[in-house]
Amino acid sequence: MPIDFPVLNFQAIAPELVVVVTAFLVMFAELFVDDKRILGYISILGLAMAAILNFALMAAFAPPTFQTMMISDGYSLILNLIFIIAAALSILISLSYLGDRELQHGEYYALLLFATVGMMLMGAATDLIIVFMGLEIMSIALYILAAFNRQQLGSGEAGMKYFVLGAFASAFFLYGVALVYGATGSTNLQEIGNWFSADRGNLGDPIALIGLSLLLVGFSFKIAAVPFQWWTPDVYQGAPTSVTAFMSVGAKAAGFAALMRVLMVSFGDAFTADWQLAVAVLAVITMTVGNIAALAQKDVKRMLAYSSIAHAGYILVGVVPGTIEGVQAVLFYLLSYTFMNIGAFAVIAVLERRSQVGSNIKDYAGLATRSPLLALAMMLFMISLTGIPPFIGFWGKLYVFRAAVEANMSWLAVVGMINSAISAFYYLGVVVQMYMRPVATEEDGDVAPALRISAPVVVTLVVTAIVTILFGVWPTPLVNLTSLAMFG
Amino acid sequence: MIGEVPLSYYLLLSAILFAIGAGGVLIRRNVIIVLMCVEMMMNAVNLTFIAFSRYLDSTTGQIFVFMIMAVAAVEVAVGLALLVELNRHKASVNINDFNSLKG
Repeated sequence: MPIDFPVLNFQAIAPELVVVVTAFLVMFAELFVDDKRILGYISILGLAMAAILNFALMAAFAPPTFQTMMISDGYSLILNLIFIIAAALSILISLSYLGDRELQHGEYYALLLFATVGMMLMGAATDLIIVFMGLEIMSIALYILAAFNRQQLGSGEAGMKYFVLGAFASAFFLYGVALVYGATGSTNLQEIGNWFSADRGNLGDPIALIGLSLLLVGFSFKIAAVPFQWWTPDVYQGAPTSVTAFMSVGAKAAGFAALMRVLMVSFGDAFTADWQLAVAVLAVITMTVGNIAALAQKDVKRMLAYSSIAHAGYILVGVVPGTIEGVQAVLFYLLSYTFMNIGAFAVIAVLERRSQVGSNIKDYAGLATRSPLLALAMMLFMISLTGIPPFIGFWGKLYVFRAAVEANMSWLAVVGMINSAISAFYYLGVVVQMYMRPVATEEDGDVAPALRISAPVVVTLVVTAIVTILFGVWPTPLVNLTSLAMFG
Repeated sequence: MIGEVPLSYYLLLSAILFAIGAGGVLIRRNVIIVLMCVEMMMNAVNLTFIAFSRYLDSTTGQIFVFMIMAVAAVEVAVGLALLVELNRHKASVNINDFNSLKG
């Protein structure tokens, strides 16, 4: 009897493999290396190799491989790029941030790389089993990273809260998978989609609909959409800033990656009308709650946590139409958000005091006189996050809202623009502090510590600032790149 | 002679178990009990998978259960490690005591 060997196309998952190998290499080298910063540079080298392979794969997309478990299509490759950039920039911030706090351990870099692999798996998964595995690889690594600052109670607390709520959300996600599997007899995204389009009589199948809504709950938690956002402010504030930068961008992009593929491939066409309204409502309450809560924040990290909730709302606007243009707009938004948000967190990492968790807005008073360039960079990121042209954040919002308008949902775009206007208050509040308030003096009894900016952080700031300005003035290359995103 | 238990019984049982687990996570204040409740939710899902797997005569569900069991074990290990770490700062397992982060 002939045996059918499955087709294993290792080439299609080359970027993931490179990152995994690098992670193990870092764990192994940890035993022999005294200066742990070297491990950070090894990680960046591995990520750079993965990025090169990723670009090479963009020349020719492969069909689903590993028994239709994974795929390397335009969609997954662009997401890989987002994850790799986010990981590399966060490592650059980590190098000095960890060193200053005596947290320089090799495991940090290995865990960060494992989280990156989990994210890449979520982008490339075409089977709910792999979506789940990617989700857990990412989440478990992030739980530990959030609690990495062992000297601070707040960090451990952040890790614990993230863990309890994350495991809770995973259980909902799994229950959704189980019900969808029961209704359709498969966990493969494409087969689920085929089953629904072939058997139109079962469209109202309550089990499938309950499963879909539970899947939405699971993903909403990962992207921090209201009402599943409760963990976000605490975790973002308590976690080390370099980790917050990474998960505010990476975990969110990974959540959107899996969410969009599941919604479009499995629940496209026949079910679109069913989830469209739910996602639209999620988008509206997410951005409104995020923006209004951000107005009241005194801690900059916490404020950016609420702002990241609001951004999840804007990005969901691009998911609502259910079109490939919407998906591409979302990817453009995620890519631009990666740069400006990590840039903002790099500034926070510089200004954060060693002894406490979080970053008080008072520490930003008079930054323009203490360090004009740092203040300028922060202002740039704040304006870009608000969505004021000619910076990259403006184009992200424009494309997402345009996708909604083209799908005859102009009201969503209007709500989004009103929300952008609200967000200007708190983003520009930081700018006001930096430029129009005096530096705290000795009489106030609270002197801000001297600024020390290490070379890797300078690199991060320069790269993110240049991308924010350059592609804000000239977005065409990024638009062309994201227009490669297609479901294979 | 007992007839075969219908699918709906399994689904109902697992839904009840899942609801008890979810309720426990939301109501109980002891972190260790919360972890047990999360485990309960995972196992309710496992039961659903097995029931469907048998009903549909497909092995995918059973493979998924192995994945879930492995991940659940990892989650417990990480969760308990985090709790031990927290206890170095504050000797408590009550969730309400971990409230240093607020805004």
